[in-house]
Amino acid sequence: MARIDLKQIAHSYHDGAQKPEDFALRRVHESWDDGGAYALLGPSGCGKTTLLNIISGLLTPSRGSVFFDGQDVTALPPENRNIAQVFQFPVLYDTMTVFGNLAFPLRNRGVDTEQIRQRVNEVADILDLTTHLKKKASGLSADVKQKISLGRGLVRSDVAAILFDEPLTVIDPQLKWHLRCKLKQIHERLKLTLIYVTHDQVEALTFADRVMVMHGGKMLQAGAPEDLFEKPEHKFVGYFIGSPGMNFLSCILDGNIARVNGAAIELADATAALAKKAGQKLEIGIRPTYLKVHSNKQPGSIAATIKNVEDQGSFKIVTLILNQQTLRARIPEDQPIPDKKAWLSFPTQKIRLYADGQLLRAQGAS
Amino acid sequence: MEKWQDNRAWFLVLPVFVIVAFSAIIPLLTVINYSVQDIFGPGQRVFVGAEWFKEVLGDKRLHAALWRQFLFSGLVLLIEIPLGIIIALTMPKKGWGASASLVTLALPLLIPWNVIGTIWIIFTRPDIGLFGATINKLGMSFDHTASSLDAWVTLMLMEVWHWTPLVALLAYAGLRAIPEAYYQAAKVDGASSWSVFRHIQLPKMRGVLTIAVLLRFMDSFLIYAEPFVLTGGGPGNSTTFLSIYLVKIAVGQFDLGPAAAFSLIYFLIILLFSWLFYQALQNAGKGEG
Repeated sequence: MARIDLKQIAHSYHDGAQKPEDFALRRVHESWDDGGAYALLGPSGCGKTTLLNIISGLLTPSRGSVFFDGQDVTALPPENRNIAQVFQFPVLYDTMTVFGNLAFPLRNRGVDTEQIRQRVNEVADILDLTTHLKKKASGLSADVKQKISLGRGLVRSDVAAILFDEPLTVIDPQLKWHLRCKLKQIHERLKLTLIYVTHDQVEALTFADRVMVMHGGKMLQAGAPEDLFEKPEHKFVGYFIGSPGMNFLSCILDGNIARVNGAAIELADATAALAKKAGQKLEIGIRPTYLKVHSNKQPGSIAATIKNVEDQGSFKIVTLILNQQTLRARIPEDQPIPDKKAWLSFPTQKIRLYADGQLLRAQGAS
Repeated sequence: MEKWQDNRAWFLVLPVFVIVAFSAIIPLLTVINYSVQDIFGPGQRVFVGAEWFKEVLGDKRLHAALWRQFLFSGLVLLIEIPLGIIIALTMPKKGWGASASLVTLALPLLIPWNVIGTIWIIFTRPDIGLFGATINKLGMSFDHTASSLDAWVTLMLMEVWHWTPLVALLAYAGLRAIPEAYYQAAKVDGASSWSVFRHIQLPKMRGVLTIAVLLRFMDSFLIYAEPFVLTGGGPGNSTTFLSIYLVKIAVGQFDLGPAAAFSLIYFLIILLFSWLFYQALQNAGKGEG
């Protein structure tokens, strides 16, 4: 069990890197509580795996330090850190049985045979692997293999945190859900700190209590799933989370009216007040779910042209053009959609304002 | 869906069939034909049945050559396979060091085999050879033309120098193909470097090592050019291996019948042992816990 603190971590794969572009990880300063479920979310190459390997000790950061329960472990190798790591592709020792695989970390640490047997049986029970114990590890299906990889982490009683590096990539879609539930269950039962790296927002948002969105080696926002959805602090977070991503329209502010190429969108007074101190390059952001599409003119609505409609089964995604800017709206399956022209209304409480890509927030609010 | 069939597709494999026929099937049938006949000259031949096989199987000198051959191939495998793996494990993984060691290792493989024999004749000459003269200066008498042991030592050194790089290159390729995650997982699991070798590297090299063992067994069992150039089969018969003896019978004495029977037995021995090695390696390490 451990609380993990990352202090001013930066990492570069080149020696003597100075320029910010040389760094795979630019500056990460985070604290993770004992027993929490965390997700690192971001596109490929954003530095999330680098960060994970720094926590597990497979990499030593170029700058900064890692603390487990207040103790500096930056220089410790992985085997002395009491962490377990599950990789993207299942790692199995093919020549051993499933039992041998699960027992391997304990045997390496010189635990006595009786205790090994007991622990392995316990873990096999949690992971539904009991029937597989005597089988050869090679030739099993990907989900069982991944459970064995996880089991090798759980089998150590002293393990402080389990790190997952996109563990469900090679699993069939229908089994993904099953395995994710299993992970949740294990987390609730064993109260371990879990850190989960993924580029799949659904995985991150359903798995974690707190999601960290990373991009270009920086941590853009850390927060609960609903915060990331309702108040993306950075345009990238808005794009990356939600399906489809947030709409952004560049606008000019005129009192509490945002003008988008001539069309006027009314803002809440509090939102408009935020913009007073901000610079010139303003954008309004709104989630496709909150955008209302009407067949005829409503008070305060704006005319837009419908470009296309995608039927996703339980909902529809409408792409619209509003004065040369493209917008997407997510509307219920049963709502009729006009042919060419539609009227959009923007609920004032759901509109966010961005200056230079950053969310404008009230002073003192977090 | 109905399967579309057209027997004209067989024409597409015809070129391969023709090549294989001329390179393997027809020569093999010819050898079988020779092995059951006594040939006196063009057009003069008598069917003798299994006569030559009986004669060859009872030949004392052939027995001696066969045991010599097994000893040689056995030593080759025992030295070259572990040595090749050790070299592969110690080679640099990337950077200029990796390229440099790969090129250096490949050098002996690029030299024609009879040239290798010549190089080693000079290298081990007791009067002017770098190796031979040095050993003699140190007070040990060394002469591969006079002592059987010295001839064997020279031959083994040459063989190991010539072919261990092949094993090392194969093993290196096998090692490089292991995903990094295996090493990372082993680190997290606290595995010792011996455990990493035993449970990750060795099992993952199974495929390339099978190829290495088969190639080295077959090649060393067929060895001809190097001992022929270096010692000519001597001193005495101490380095007369199967192929050297076979050539003596076939070309030296022009006994085509016995030579053909001999060739077939030779071929069957290699086939049998290659199969045994293949089976053993495919099943190695699969029965443990």
